[in-house]
Amino acid sequence: MLPGFPHAQPIEGFLGGLLIGLAAAIMLLGLGRIAGISGLFARAAGIGGSGAKQSIAILFILGLIAGAALFSFTMGPIEANFPPDMLWLIPAGLLVGFGTRLGSGCTSGHGVCGMSRLSRRSIVATLTFMITGFATVAIVNALGGSWS
Amino acid sequence: MIRAITGLLSGIVFGFGLALSGMMNPARVRGFLDLFGQWDPTLAFVMGGAILAMALAWLFQAQTDKPACASQYHLPDTKHIDGRLIGGAALFGIGWGLGGLCPGPGIASLATQFVPALIFVASMLLGMTFFRLWNRG
Repeated sequence: MLPGFPHAQPIEGFLGGLLIGLAAAIMLLGLGRIAGISGLFARAAGIGGSGAKQSIAILFILGLIAGAALFSFTMGPIEANFPPDMLWLIPAGLLVGFGTRLGSGCTSGHGVCGMSRLSRRSIVATLTFMITGFATVAIVNALGGSWS
Repeated sequence: MIRAITGLLSGIVFGFGLALSGMMNPARVRGFLDLFGQWDPTLAFVMGGAILAMALAWLFQAQTDKPACASQYHLPDTKHIDGRLIGGAALFGIGWGLGGLCPGPGIASLATQFVPALIFVASMLLGMTFFRLWNRG
């Protein structure tokens, strides 16, 4: 589909991205809030400092799960390949949880909602987590931890 | 009631979009981060689509005084950059690279890959709890 990148899914990716942007637009223009998933999840769990009402955050998180379920019922199975050792998901989750709260956002809040608003904060945050993400994968691969 | 439905709808559209985009596959996200290996640019197309749609929403937002179903906008600061922002984003990126999951796909995967998703989401919740305890000093 994309010359030189046989595994890329540019069209599905772009269309899925449009829907993600639409979802964030519904949150912004409907409720006046940023659709930042780390913040909404913390809020839903009762450990977020401020933000949307807890009931709204819970419904958003349940909707997120339902949306993925709806896709797999209507469009077929969702391809997913996890790390060779599931234990990797523990440090991954710990760092994602701590880091997103300390840095006030993740891919959705900073990457989608903030960058599209040309927020200087979000641009710096997004560049930072992309750089450490690139570095982490490069280091893991160099240490023989490649997934394939 | 209308607010509850709006929140739920936003979540459903988000989850469906994530599934369509391929970003619920940790190996594909990791492929994007594997800049020096078999690079998979799909994530850049996802971000492009999402930012395009959301940029239009911001243009519309600037023309309005308040959201459709609430009394006012609650929008975060866009300028202040400090060590917490950079340190937090840096730690998040390391976790993202290790697992190939950020919060959205991790939570959405509870629908389809329950055991690994639960390991990730429970660890993420624990990380957020550590932050809350540490932040209180």
